[in-house]
Amino acid sequence: MVNKHLANTNGILYLSGVSVSFDGFKAINNLNLIIEPGEMRAIIGPNGAGKTTMMDIITGKTRPDEGDVIFKSSIDLTQLDEVEIANIGIGRKFQKPTVIETLSVFENLEMAMAGRRSVWQSLIHKLSKQDIKKIKDNLKLINLEEDELRLAGDLSHGQKQWLEIGMLILTDPELLLVDEPAAGMTDDETMKTAELLKEINKTRSVVVVEHDMDFIRALECKVTVLHEGRVLAEGTLDQVQSNQQVIDVYLGR
Amino acid sequence: MQALRTIFFPSINDAASRRMIMTLVVVMCLIPILNLVFPEDSFFHVGSNTIILLGKYFCYAILAISLDLVWGYCGILSLGHGAFFALGGYAMGMYLVRQYGIEIEATGQIIPEFMIAMGLSELPWFWYGFDNFWFALLMVVLAPGVLAYLFGYFAFKSRVPGVDLSIITQALTFALMQGFRLGEFGFGGTNGLTAFREILGFDITSDVTRLVLLMTTIVVLILALIFSKFISKSKAGRVLISVRDAEQKTRFIGYRVEHYKLFIFVVSAGLAGIAGALFVTQVGIINPDEFSPLNSIEIVIWVAIGGRATIYGAIIGAVLVNYAKTVFTGLFPEFWVFLLGGLFVVSTLFFPKGIAGMFSNAKLQAFVESVKTTVFSKNDDKKGEV
Repeated sequence: MVNKHLANTNGILYLSGVSVSFDGFKAINNLNLIIEPGEMRAIIGPNGAGKTTMMDIITGKTRPDEGDVIFKSSIDLTQLDEVEIANIGIGRKFQKPTVIETLSVFENLEMAMAGRRSVWQSLIHKLSKQDIKKIKDNLKLINLEEDELRLAGDLSHGQKQWLEIGMLILTDPELLLVDEPAAGMTDDETMKTAELLKEINKTRSVVVVEHDMDFIRALECKVTVLHEGRVLAEGTLDQVQSNQQVIDVYLGR
Repeated sequence: MQALRTIFFPSINDAASRRMIMTLVVVMCLIPILNLVFPEDSFFHVGSNTIILLGKYFCYAILAISLDLVWGYCGILSLGHGAFFALGGYAMGMYLVRQYGIEIEATGQIIPEFMIAMGLSELPWFWYGFDNFWFALLMVVLAPGVLAYLFGYFAFKSRVPGVDLSIITQALTFALMQGFRLGEFGFGGTNGLTAFREILGFDITSDVTRLVLLMTTIVVLILALIFSKFISKSKAGRVLISVRDAEQKTRFIGYRVEHYKLFIFVVSAGLAGIAGALFVTQVGIINPDEFSPLNSIEIVIWVAIGGRATIYGAIIGAVLVNYAKTVFTGLFPEFWVFLLGGLFVVSTLFFPKGIAGMFSNAKLQAFVESVKTTVFSKNDDKKGEV
């Protein structure tokens, strides 16, 4: 249920008092978080801090035991399932690149493109000229212009990550959740990915979970540190890096 | 007509499918000539036994296509597809046994002979309407379709994982087999339905009727191929492939995975039902053994050997394996099961893409090329020596 006092918040995403436990282990413990519209936010924290569980809760994969998860100040995400959440404008990129390996790059993007999703509409679906242009523009953005006919399974690890981000953009989400996009990338690819996310952030809100500090610095955004399922510190990267508690539990190790 | 062409024709844009259709058309044109024009003692004569056999193979080919749709494209390994085939067969069998019967004096009802033998004095309610061909034809598709819908609705909604689903489908067909074996069930018990006489007023055992039934089967097979290609080449076909290869991902980009699974499962069951109906008209019997779990596993082997997710591969697999079955069960009946198992193991280990995969295999093509070049260069050498 949406509490009355929540209607005041104008954040695009609002988490309040969220807790969830698995077999007695509190993965998320009274977590509070607000993401403003158009904001880019980096989430860092040690392993087991609850970063991925938090993403699971927002996207409907895990139900919280208690607390509110509100999208655009009025939509209660705890009442919706994965597909409904995807269709109201929250896109998620998983840690492991998941593209559809047996389809071509172009077909992957076609699948992802915003539009009707029902069986009957898919049966008679034809790409319009605008659709094709949208996909071509997207290919340019994610640096895969020359690879559109290749099978997604044949791409390099970094290219798969980009393709997945490209697919997410085409679903036209207002909020993008990105889980460790730079993992396993070369330095050059990492910097290109940061540029890509900043480009996306011009029109959408983005939440990034990452470990790579150079990458986070390149994003130039507000940072939230999670620890044991709740927020430990929040601020610019320099602020949190000089925070003694953060150094103790995460950076100092 | 033009509209149909623009919808379906682009779907048949691969050479292999077109070749398959051409082959089937040629077979369809040749058989009546070989059967009717050549005298019986001629080498080229195709006898009525061969016609029944071919009809059987092509029915199995339609059944294989139906399994390829769910397994090859959508990754649902159904080990119970024989049940949908048998249900379609029973619906057709019910029409055929109702073409004659014994009149019950009290009611004036004409009921099939086997019912009298089982002590029934009136037609059970679920037999009503089956004396009408078109109603029976509707049930051929509807009975398996509704069962698939109910089964799929609960199974896919509760996200039963792959292996569990396969086992439940086996249980489904096994349960139906046991049910149909009971005389009280009203479908002829273990004997099933047989001794058919007429179809649409024609003598079902006459050579010409058999020929027409075989032609019909081939036409339905071609239509099934085109229809399946249409689905697989549409965007829905690509969604099915993503459900098979990345189910979670498909869900997260906003597709209702269970709707797609249900759709293809029901379409596939209907197609299997049509195959079963055609089968019964030509083989002349339908009994509970058609529900046997082993039958359903055999379908999987045909598709695996022919090559998954190509449609034409399913046709090749069904026809070749069943031809081999005819030959081997004639020669060494007790070894056929072992050979079938062996074929399955060899194909999964060495040819995971089946026979269809071998044609498109780059290595094989390279091998053929190298053989060609060595043969031709040898010839050149010889010329040089002379």
